Formats: sequence, C-alpha cells, structure tokens
Amino acid sequence: MASVGPCGTGTGTTGSVAAAASKNNVTSFQRRGPRASSSDSGGSRLVSIAGTRPSVRNGQLLVSTGLPALDQLLGGGLAVGTVLLIEEDKYNIYSPLLFKYFLAEGIINGHTLLVASAKEEPEKILQELPAPLLDDNCKKEFDEDIYNDKTPESNIKMKIAWRYQLLPKMEAGPVSSSRFGHYYDVSKKMPQELIEASKWHGFFLPKKISSTLNIEPCSLTHGYIKLLQFIQKIIYEEGFDGSNPQKKQKNILRIGIQNLGSPLWGDDVCCTENCDNSHNLTKFLYILRGLLRTSLSACIITMPTHLIQNKAIIARITNLSDTVVHLESFIGSEREANPLYKDYHGLIHIRQIPRLNNLICDVSDVKDLAFKLKRKLFTIEVGCGVGHCLRNWLLSHLPSADGTKHILDSWGHREQKGPGWHTAAPEYQ
Amino acid sequence: MFPELNNLLNTTPDRVEQGKLTLLCDAKTDGSFLVHHFLSFYLKANCKVCFVALIQSFSHYNIVGQKLGVSLTTARERGQLMFLEGLKSSVDVFFRAEEKPHPLQFLREANAGNLQPLYEFVREALQPMDKGEAAWRCPVLLVDDVSVLLSLGVGAVAVLDFIHYCRAAVCCELQGNMVVLAHDSGDAEDEENDILLNGLSHQSHLILRAEGLATGFCRDVHGQLRVLWRRPPQPTAQRDRSLIYQYKIQDKSVSFFARGLSPAVL
Repeated sequence: MASVGPCGTGTGTTGSVAAAASKNNVTSFQRRGPRASSSDSGGSRLVSIAGTRPSVRNGQLLVSTGLPALDQLLGGGLAVGTVLLIEEDKYNIYSPLLFKYFLAEGIINGHTLLVASAKEEPEKILQELPAPLLDDNCKKEFDEDIYNDKTPESNIKMKIAWRYQLLPKMEAGPVSSSRFGHYYDVSKKMPQELIEASKWHGFFLPKKISSTLNIEPCSLTHGYIKLLQFIQKIIYEEGFDGSNPQKKQKNILRIGIQNLGSPLWGDDVCCTENCDNSHNLTKFLYILRGLLRTSLSACIITMPTHLIQNKAIIARITNLSDTVVHLESFIGSEREANPLYKDYHGLIHIRQIPRLNNLICDVSDVKDLAFKLKRKLFTIEVGCGVGHCLRNWLLSHLPSADGTKHILDSWGHREQKGPGWHTAAPEYQ
Repeated sequence: MFPELNNLLNTTPDRVEQGKLTLLCDAKTDGSFLVHHFLSFYLKANCKVCFVALIQSFSHYNIVGQKLGVSLTTARERGQLMFLEGLKSSVDVFFRAEEKPHPLQFLREANAGNLQPLYEFVREALQPMDKGEAAWRCPVLLVDDVSVLLSLGVGAVAVLDFIHYCRAAVCCELQGNMVVLAHDSGDAEDEENDILLNGLSHQSHLILRAEGLATGFCRDVHGQLRVLWRRPPQPTAQRDRSLIYQYKIQDKSVSFFARGLSPAVL
C-alpha cells in the first residue's frame, strides 16, 4: 500500500475513496513492460521507469495524474499510450489545476514534458506549477488544513500536532520520486531549480504559425497539423517510440494540450453549430491517439466542451478519447445556494474509462463525486448526492415517534415543533 | 468466443453459416466484447479473417484473444488473419507521403473522399489463393468500428457504399460473412450516424444490440443484449425473431441470463 495514501490522506478527508484503495496494492511483481516498444518483441521484458507502475488488473503500465484521488477513481492511474480528456468547467477555473498537477507530477518523476497551448506561453505555465508537498511536511500540512475546518471542540486533540508547526521546517533536497503519485501545495509555486532541471518542450501556437498566406486546403486546421508534426518530431527524435536505434529512451513523455478546440486554435467547432470542417477536432484526436499508442507517452487534454453546441461532436470526441472526466463547477449555477453542496466547489463526473487489454474495466462503484479546492489542496470526496438528499427528504416527510413534526431548516438541521403547529405544506397533516 | 453466446445464437465453430452480414450495435455502453467474441469465433472456425481495426491497437485484441483462447500473432503468421491497424497506419499515412494508395488514404484528403482504397485492400486480403495454401473455410470481414469513419471526414453515404461493395464481394461472391460494429448515438442527434445505422440495420441478417440499462449503472448486470434475426432464409418462414437477454462481463467470459434473473438477485 506504499503508493496509496501514505500520509493518511484517505481516511481523514476523502471518506470512502480510501476504501477503494485497498484493491490497488502495488506488488513488486511486474508482469509485462509497456505496450508500445515491447509488444512486438514478446512483452515479457521487465521495464522499470520512474513514476510508473503496472496495473494490477492487466499489467498495463500506468502513470499518475498528479492527483492520487483521481488515480484511484481511474483504476490506479492513467495508462501509458492513452488520452485523458478533461471537459472543462464553465469558467475554466478548476481544469487548469488538473492540467498543472499532471505536469508537476511529470517534473517530480523526471519525465519529459511537452506543453502545448494557444493562449499562454509554456514557460509561464511551468512557472505556475504547484509545489510538491515533501514527505516529512506532508502530515503537518494535512493536519493544518483539517484544523482550519474543524469545530473548536477538537482543538485539544490538534494542539500537539499544531506545536510541530512551530519547529523549523527541514527542507529535504530533491523530492524522492520513488512514490507513485504525489501531493501538491497549490498555494506555493514549484521551486525554480526543479523546473530548470527538467526536460520540457513547449508549443505556443502564435509562434509556430507563420503568417504565410499560401496555405493549401489541408485535411486539418493549420494549427492542429503543426501541433501533430511537433509531437511526432519530439517522439521520433527523442526515441519515445523505440524506432530510433541510437536513442534508447526509458522515459515517459507527458503531453499536455490546453483548451483544445477553442477558437484560438483556429477551429470553429466551439463557435457555431454547423461548422464547415467539423472533422478537424475528431481527426486530430484520432491521429494523436495513433501517435500515443505507438510510443511511451501519456496525454492530458483540456477542452471547453460546454462551448460545443453540436452534441453529436461531443459524443464523437468522447468515443475517440480513452478516459474522459468532466468537471462541473457550482459557480453561477443554482446549486451554489443548495445547502447540500455548501462545502464543495463542484462535481466531478468520470464519463468514460477505457477497457484496455481487457473485457472489463475498473469502474468505480462510487458515482457521486464532488471536489473542493481548499487553501492548499484539491480534494475529491464522495456522496454529497443521493445519500444526503434521501436522508433529508425522509426526515422532513416522516413524523417522529412522539407525534411532533421534524422540520428541517435551510441548513438541514432539525427543528422541533410541537403538535398543532401547521406546516407550510398542508399534506402532512 | 463465449460459449453462452454461441448457445443463444445457436451456432458453433463447426457449423458456420455463410453469406451473412451481422451488425453489432451499442448504445450507451461498450459493445466491444461482441467484437472479441466474433473474432475468436471465426478464428476457431478456421475461417480466413480480414480485420479492419480502427479503434484499438493489435496488442489489445491479441491480449483479449489469448484470454478467449486464440492467438492473433500465430493466426497472422499463418496467413489466417489479415490485420489492418488503423491507429498505427494513420500515423504513417498522415506524416509520410506514400506513392501507392494506402487503404486509409482518405485521411490526407481535405474533402470527404471515398473508401475505394480500403475496399481494394479488403478484396485483396480475402481473395482465395489458388496455390499452396491451407484451405480456409470461408472469408470473413470484421470491421471495428464503422462509426469512427464518420469522425474522420467520410460521409455516411460513402461508408454505406463501402459496406455495399464489401457485401457484394465478401458475402455474395466469396460466400463469406461480414461483422460490422457501429455505435448508436442515441439522443446525441448525430444524423450521419443515424443514416449509417439505419442503412446497416436494413441490410443485415443478424443484429446484436448491446444497451446500457435504462435505470443506470449496476455492478451485477452490465447491460442488455437484444438479438434480432432478420431475413429468414425461407421466404414463407416466420417473422423476424428477437430475444432480449441481460449480461454480465467477467474477466474471461460473459454470462447471459433472462431479464431480471441475474444470479445476484436470485
């Protein structure tokens, strides 16, 4: 269980997500290497790359998404060679966080990064990555967060841990990357020396597109073609696909593409319902997946699907991606005022998990998942949906044993009213 | 292949019908287990199979096939299996200009092309060799899946033309079988996909439709399978027969049971 919840994370804040952790035991037995390079040669070669582990179910090589709670929901991690599609929340506040977690995890593990964006310079994106929570500080950071949320009665218990905060923090040297999945502190930035020590490639669209006018009609938008060529060049030159005999690469390439499909990429799929070239995005995804399947890489894409008006295209995009996660934030929606959701910032829906090398997939039993962004951490929690709704409904609709009616105030707390009190809803009389 | 599904469909690898088009359809769930079933079924039945795999890589089918008792690498080496790996070939087509037309040539074209190179590939793959080859039972064309061609810029009519040509060549001329998987987009209002699906349903002899449960996710019942036999061989025969089963997918097999009689419930 070394890789899951080392700092007691599961039990404290994320209730039953930890229950699912027990089945993702990491064993030292590695059945097979990564699919790409060893699939032709038999696949029994043991490959150990930093920051990866084989899946328990089918031996598929997995990398962490940077958020251990999300790793558990996806069945242990993101499979190498697949695409993780994040459907952005409405105001694009929380999806960049998942994007940054993915890249930060790559830096910590020493993976090569490829960052593509049409909006921000890749250097700037890397400067804003969250700092890793180091091992010995990890527990204290968690306690501090829990302390801020708890009611005053538990002050006494927390005092001892609080004391430790006053001791000078020992900064360890380079963060140990032998763990799978790390925790990050969103309020701090990644140390500059770690970013400089990492290997990364940036693709900033306005710089790559030349302003030549003689662009012959191609099958794809110009920006997408450039991006695909860039990715293919990096994969080939750095040997991630095993085709270059000089370069024996034993590392993972983490590709991050931000806001794909937005008009900044030159695609009008988000602008109109009947766009001229509605196949641009789907073709791009298909060829990208072809590149990924034949190389040691994993890709995260954030896409503003809430802007796509053509539902058919969203269905096609979902079918062409492997793992699809949808973030739905409560900002501006009617759920913001709902007392059930007062502790959370939004819902997270796992729309699709791939069935790779297998007839079945690791579908999590838990379906209501909510996220919240605390001061330092982004957490995913369970069960703010059906369970609470049902309980509150039952409490408000059933009379109690002594004949009084229990009325719930707007916060879900019980107020007791004596007999003869008329409720607002006459059917309970 | 799944023995229980063979019982439902009343087929065995020894008795293979010929000249049939089977449509596999999935709505709100993943119907790929049916593709794995038919692939291993026809390989075990000693048929020559041409597999146009547009969605997943070769090793994916190979690993699942090994769980079901067939080895795709051996079949490919023996010449029993012709495998077109869409994902890998698309990279070759897109980045390197080839002289001779590639089956996936339409990826390079700006406007929706036709699928003639792909048809030529299929035809050549399933053409019976006269000399020095083990006699395979009947040719089979397997396509997984055909809805992705719409996402790649090919029009629904062009895809239907391709299916028509393949049916003429494989089912009628060579007396072989075809199995095609298509997605049903349901309420996503994908008109092109609906045209494709309606056209295919009309032409097929057997339709297997995997649907998710209307009530949502269930751990013990993964979905519902509708089996529809169309075009009975005798013109005076009974009307189209249809059956509905629910299923649960396990690691190496799929179990089928009547609706509401899941072992978890009983």
